[in-house]
Amino acid sequence: MFGSLFSSFDTHLFDGLRRAEDDMDQVFGSAPWPAGIRSVRRGTFPPINVGSTPEQVDVYMFAAGLDPKSLELSIQENLLSVSGSRKIEVNEDAEYYRRERFDGDFRRVISLPDDVDPERVEARYRDGVLQITVQRRESARPRQIVVN
Amino acid sequence: MADKQDVATREPSEVQRRSREKAREEEVVLAPSVDIFEDRHGITVQADMPGVSKERLNVHADRHSLVIEGDVAIDMPSAMEALYADVHSTRYRRTFVLSSELEPDRIEANLKDGVLTMRIPKRAEFRPRKIEVRTG
Repeated sequence: MFGSLFSSFDTHLFDGLRRAEDDMDQVFGSAPWPAGIRSVRRGTFPPINVGSTPEQVDVYMFAAGLDPKSLELSIQENLLSVSGSRKIEVNEDAEYYRRERFDGDFRRVISLPDDVDPERVEARYRDGVLQITVQRRESARPRQIVVN
Repeated sequence: MADKQDVATREPSEVQRRSREKAREEEVVLAPSVDIFEDRHGITVQADMPGVSKERLNVHADRHSLVIEGDVAIDMPSAMEALYADVHSTRYRRTFVLSSELEPDRIEANLKDGVLTMRIPKRAEFRPRKIEVRTG
């Protein structure tokens, strides 16, 4: 069921590419091939998946432990931006062995397909995943054409 | 199935293809990011597992190890096509080795908004005591 969103047909190929890209980032500061102008470094918080159907586009942000009130969402045409912050309380009396969890402010900008309708957006937060659903314009949906 | 087909050029069947895909999917496991700290009472582990509900979370511990596992379940329309994916798996797993002064039977776990918090208490005799240094 999740196969379609979490491992598209080209995922494994891209995964290898991305890992290589990561190494390139570290060695040369940038990959030798062009990257999306708004693409971010791998591992940037929060990770996102974007899926689409003919009716809608869904953005899933994997951001556990957020206060939904800290989130700011805006959409201008097909450009969706989400910002917020996650504050991790530090226990002053404790000794830390690992601190891997993201702490601080974040912002991600996602360019969606051109046919989304910025007037029809819904967002909800559940189990640490922010799901933003944007409807696509009717005119852009595939239509059945009857041959007479 | 077509009744005549050249075996040598036959495409893998749908079933074969799916089971291969499934096997590949299962190889990919996400390691949740964790914070681990210790105070005088015990060790606290906090893990980010967004998308995991209480029903799909599995924490088990014995004397030697602590395993946290969970499956991501999110609402999505059927026939969804991926446009972009940072997350390539729906399964989290991470294992830690415990040491003998900890009490795995008394672990408390709590899951809220995808953050798992576990308290692993230390046996009473291992809680540090202040040692007075006398002079003279």
